Amino acid sequence: MNKYFPHTEGDIKEMLDKIGVYQVEDLFKDIPSSVIHQKPFNLPSALSETEIREEMARISGRNQKMVSFLGAGSYDVYTPSVINALTSRQEFLTSYTPYQPEISQGNLQYIFEFQSMICELTGLDVANASVYDGSTATAEAMFMAVVHTKRNKMLISKAVNPRIIDVIKTYAHFRDVELEFIDEENNQTSKTSLLARLDDQVAGVIVQNPNFYGVIENLDGLAEPIHANKSLFIMNVDPSTLAVLKTPGETGADIACGDGQTLGIPTAFGGPYVGFMAATTALVRRLPGRIVGATTDLDGKRGFVLTLQAREQHIRREKANSNICSNQSLMALHTVIYMSLLGKTGLAAVAKQAYSNAHYLCEALVKTKMFEKANKNPFFKEFVLKSKVNVGELNKYLGTLGILSGLNLGEINPKLQNQILFCATEMRCKEQMDDLVRKVEGFKNVR
Amino acid sequence: MYDKLIFEISKPGRVGYSLPKSEVKDWDIPEELTRKIGLDMPEVTELDVVRHFTRLSLKNYGVDQGFYPLGSCTMKYNPKINDEMAGNPNFVGLHPLQPAETAQGALEIYFQTSKMLSELTGLAEFSFNPFAGAHGEATGLMIMKEYHLQRHDYKRNKVIIPDSAHGTNPASASVCGMETIVVPSTELGTVDIAKLKEVLNDEVAGMMLTNPNTVGIFEKDILEISKLMHANGSLMYYDGANLNALLGVSRPGDMGFDIMHINLHKTFSTPHGGGGPGSGPVGVTKNLVQLLPNPRVVFENNQYRLQSNPFSIGSVSGFYGNFLVVVRAYTYLRTLGKENVGMVGKMAVLNANYIKESLKDYYKLPIKGACKHEVVFDGLVKGEASTLDVAKRLMDYGYHPPTIYFPMLFHQSLMIEPTEMESKETLDDFIEAMIKIAKEAEENPDLLHNAPHTTIIRRLDDVKAARTPIIKYKDFL
Repeated sequence: MNKYFPHTEGDIKEMLDKIGVYQVEDLFKDIPSSVIHQKPFNLPSALSETEIREEMARISGRNQKMVSFLGAGSYDVYTPSVINALTSRQEFLTSYTPYQPEISQGNLQYIFEFQSMICELTGLDVANASVYDGSTATAEAMFMAVVHTKRNKMLISKAVNPRIIDVIKTYAHFRDVELEFIDEENNQTSKTSLLARLDDQVAGVIVQNPNFYGVIENLDGLAEPIHANKSLFIMNVDPSTLAVLKTPGETGADIACGDGQTLGIPTAFGGPYVGFMAATTALVRRLPGRIVGATTDLDGKRGFVLTLQAREQHIRREKANSNICSNQSLMALHTVIYMSLLGKTGLAAVAKQAYSNAHYLCEALVKTKMFEKANKNPFFKEFVLKSKVNVGELNKYLGTLGILSGLNLGEINPKLQNQILFCATEMRCKEQMDDLVRKVEGFKNVR
Repeated sequence: MYDKLIFEISKPGRVGYSLPKSEVKDWDIPEELTRKIGLDMPEVTELDVVRHFTRLSLKNYGVDQGFYPLGSCTMKYNPKINDEMAGNPNFVGLHPLQPAETAQGALEIYFQTSKMLSELTGLAEFSFNPFAGAHGEATGLMIMKEYHLQRHDYKRNKVIIPDSAHGTNPASASVCGMETIVVPSTELGTVDIAKLKEVLNDEVAGMMLTNPNTVGIFEKDILEISKLMHANGSLMYYDGANLNALLGVSRPGDMGFDIMHINLHKTFSTPHGGGGPGSGPVGVTKNLVQLLPNPRVVFENNQYRLQSNPFSIGSVSGFYGNFLVVVRAYTYLRTLGKENVGMVGKMAVLNANYIKESLKDYYKLPIKGACKHEVVFDGLVKGEASTLDVAKRLMDYGYHPPTIYFPMLFHQSLMIEPTEMESKETLDDFIEAMIKIAKEAEENPDLLHNAPHTTIIRRLDDVKAARTPIIKYKDFL
């Protein structure tokens, strides 16, 4: 017997008798014998619980835990202990998509709360129940614009995270959407370049705030010309900054999208995170994925259901807004619990702490005279420094001391040789930042 | 308090967090860049939050509490050891852009899980970058399209999909800018070869097939279908939604499939999380490996590393997919082992056929003969109740209902998938409840029409929800 299989020999015999066959193999007679797998599988032998623990201790031991000054789309953030305790409850963890509302009200209600909070943060009217991540959310926003405007060109700022751009490129390629890039100057989206590219083929404009370089973009005055051009204005945003930064709603955006990772989700080697999307009321029927709505039951009692489903794949098939079925529901719950705990004051406090830490660190690093600022723009929790020392060697040196240094921009863009994108979130304390500065200075002496 | 939203229990001044005191000076954000509108977020204590979400959880139903025979969803038990392994701080705290030499463990998980899935499916390599099944479908179709494009065969932009397929199949084709050709099924729900031949031409990029199909029937002509498609210059895509039926018994690669996706949250026991995160790894034959999404995990000179290549379809996700889900699937595979993997499909199929034989006198069985991992009925034999009524009444007996009104080949579809993890006693109890409900439908149909009777809420008004959408808290105000 094995713990994953409950049947005794007697059970199997009784069941076969009921079915009217002699052996289980008889139930597979419709499969051509040439494709029945006869050989033993070349797989490892089953491990007991004790053995898998040992094996995983060995494997995980090959990952190095480091003090992180690296962001670039994944951030070391505060995760209150309450979250894991609640999200690991089996009623949330082991349930399926809430197709049967009478026994899924817990799930449906937290999605409703998630939608409410995303609308509140972004300053927009409607939100969906989540998509996969920030990059696919942006791709979905692109398709919303293309379908809504019946146009086929997208403008995207070069100051958007290149990983998001890569995903946009893939989706655009297969759907034959034309991409045109908006220039950046001093790590900031060029408004002149953006406005010059608006024409009657442009379905939408994608910018990121704070952008890839950590710069807080001033997007005032863009919504009007974009809308006058009958294009949609799409902002990819970091939700953890929205308690303090001007919202997409205030900026005049039609769609806000992004990654909810910064709302308390661990970096976890890239996933699971959660993509979110919010939009103006006019676009509600263009949104992809699940949407939960409030209604009443036969007794008039408030309850929640999946709604506006005529947008979705199981009803509309090839005419659906998107093919998304499973989303990242449990991670949406993770962020709802985070936002509930942090609440009105905590979200702003965390944002300001990250902001102040990054500014403290930037100043301290510049003081070493080994770096200078790459731009004079306002930034949030990430900033670009031009290094007077070789960034590759510096990062390797810091790595040996247990420090995960900033992103070596030269590795992703040859024009940015010896530039480095540092990050300091709310998780870094003064001592850790001072320690980084000391070690950076130590590198100078080593050389 | 029980039925309130988190916003409705908020009281100004309360907090549920504790942050370290900042030791650096406060820096101000330039005024013109700041938020001017209010922020109406809840103000609640930690205990408020714990009680609120614990109570919400009690309004849900999970696999740990009872039988969840949702067809096509493979709601097998999610072993607790998987979660424990995924909670390891050396996985949870790892940054995705850490240098490869400091993330060898994570890369090993990806590489070794791919190897195990390859052995089980007969394909060469898997990419875990897709986040879910439908994402895997779109990724797989991109590979299919790109294969033809790189051969300068620009005409091939059509995908053949049986009418019995999941809605995600045609929707995924649209996401990739491909056209769908729907082929009708035979009375048995299988592919109609004659009809398939009629639609074959040099514009067909490939075919998407779920096998066993959504009616739970194995495509017995699969080898002929693959041969026809390949002779036509087209590729075969295997939708892994129903892989559990065949796990350890038969391999899609051996049936002639070139590309497939797997739902780790179905076949490989990772939790569904109320609708995600899942994981939809895509596997391909050797000649298509270069087309897999960027980046791939490779093993060279005794080191794992990430590699991007110019022939790839490109990136489909910000990083490398839902890593912690893959850790769970890896744990399941290692604890299942080569000795037991052959049992999965067999026991799943045994269980489905046992339910089929036990209920066929009470529920209409549209397709006779052995089913695979799931059985589809077409409503009650007797009595005045619909499949919806039966589903709702099942809740009163403590079960999650099966999938209803899918597949669309039948008007009253009731699709039951028991999985291999369920005992004979569980199945017997469920069968007894289903038979009781069938009898109730004859004797007292109103009992079914008004069901459920024991849940915290009764049937909800879907029409009202769609007509006047209330989708956030402030819509109530």
